[in-house]
Amino acid sequence: MPAALAVRGLAKRYGAVEALAGVDLDVREGELVGLLGPNGAGKSTLVKIACGLVRASRGTAEICGVRADSREARRKMGYLAELFRFPGWYSADEVLELHQRLSESCGGERERTELLELVGLADARRRRVEEMSKGMQQRLGVAQALVGSPPLLLLDEPTSALDPVGRRTVRELLEELRSRGTSVLLNSHLLSEIELVCDRVAILLHGRLVAEGSPAELARSRGVEIETDGGTRLFEGTTREDAPRLVAELVAGGRKVYGVRVLTSTLEETYLEAVGGESS
Amino acid sequence: MSSVLTIAGYGLREALRRKVFAVVLLLTVAFLGLFWLANHFLFEHIDNVAPPAGIDARGFAGATIFGLAMFGTLFLGVVLAVFLTLGVVSGDAERGLLQPLIVRPVGRVTLLVARWLGAVAVCAPYVGLVYLGTMLITGLTGHWWPDNLVTPGVELAAGVAVVAALSLLGSVFLSSTANGIAIFMLFGAGLVAGLLGTIGHGLNSHQLERAAKIAAWLLPFEALYQDALRQLTAKTSGLTGFLLTLGPFGGGYTGGTAVRLWAVAYLLIVGTVAAIGFTRRDL
Repeated sequence: MPAALAVRGLAKRYGAVEALAGVDLDVREGELVGLLGPNGAGKSTLVKIACGLVRASRGTAEICGVRADSREARRKMGYLAELFRFPGWYSADEVLELHQRLSESCGGERERTELLELVGLADARRRRVEEMSKGMQQRLGVAQALVGSPPLLLLDEPTSALDPVGRRTVRELLEELRSRGTSVLLNSHLLSEIELVCDRVAILLHGRLVAEGSPAELARSRGVEIETDGGTRLFEGTTREDAPRLVAELVAGGRKVYGVRVLTSTLEETYLEAVGGESS
Repeated sequence: MSSVLTIAGYGLREALRRKVFAVVLLLTVAFLGLFWLANHFLFEHIDNVAPPAGIDARGFAGATIFGLAMFGTLFLGVVLAVFLTLGVVSGDAERGLLQPLIVRPVGRVTLLVARWLGAVAVCAPYVGLVYLGTMLITGLTGHWWPDNLVTPGVELAAGVAVVAALSLLGSVFLSSTANGIAIFMLFGAGLVAGLLGTIGHGLNSHQLERAAKIAAWLLPFEALYQDALRQLTAKTSGLTGFLLTLGPFGGGYTGGTAVRLWAVAYLLIVGTVAAIGFTRRDL
């Protein structure tokens, strides 16, 4: 079974600017992969190459085993752009109907109803896009990407315009999609969001992949902190497994132990370490 | 085919919703009102018209004022075509309208063809209706009718379709504003080509006439307009026929089947260049 998205040696140059410098990345079936990186790291370029909006200078991108910019590949993926807009005079239902026709979906009204319910827009079915808030439009964008039940979803900052409730809706939606076996490549600046929902995280910097792994793998141990009658001590380089031994040694040494804390670095700290504090 | 119809319908709906369409309709009503007024005064005092020797005053007045209407119709059609197509690629991509459509299993070439068809589906009937309206005004007010009733209107609509194709081509490479300016400059160049022909004829300069002809062939919407003018008096021969084809902004010096065939070939060339440019463009 080919990966939902397979990227090999992907490179892209815009004149003198190297947006991607040879990236390898897989999104396997049913996997939710988060793409992180500072502005200009190449995240959007990678997603745009994957959905055929941008041509790669070098390397390959395949969706479910077919070339990413082919019509066949486009039948297998849904995409939500970072900056998108639907015509203001269309209703939510009409937007989905248009995309059903273009994606050759046979879902009909039932699919539209399901999608609108999924993104919490069931009551806004007949509402025109121009009468919707930015958050509602964003959720409609997510529904649009899901038209035709594509096996791969490419989401570029899907929660950027959403309030906390809207973000939670999208998060729950992503978990629901994972349970259905849909693969997702999620490009987001919200580390907490990525940490909560993604199976794997890839961090890009200057067009290169600088870290990759599950959130747990990336969140490394920073040591064990033990509070004793002599004060608080940090045992750097130790892990949770070392805690009983450390406590036993301290007690044997005559110390009174009042508390033990295993310190792990958050994804945010790992991210900041990987990108060296760069923000743009 | 269904993708073409879906996108064409999308473009058609966009065209009818846009304010520019309402503005053009208002301008059209104003134009037709003024045109009726001009016809009314002209034919009420037809005895004051002094045509060149040997030419009927009513025919001379009718062909001249209807030639003006032909130019007005072409101009309004071009305004509509340009505003409907000037931002189809760059403009829509900047606004984020294009990306959700492009990532669907619809080829970029299909999208371009469909958007052109959508624009033509609005502009061609519009041009046809304005042409018919002005013809009825001149015919009923002045009792003068063109020798050929249908062909000039079809050629005007075809000229507007050529402008729509050029505007689509421009939208692949230029921002909306730059494209709009470029297309209106091209339209102006066509106008100048027609005037150049008239000046060349007045000065008896074959070189100027030749330059005007080359310019009209390079911009076939102008050549089609000139051929449409020729069709007004297609059955009137000799000097009379020639004088009657002199439109207010240049006469019908270029025309014939070759021009019509060239316009079709030109559309194909413009479409091919646009398709190649769009296929290679990053969005």
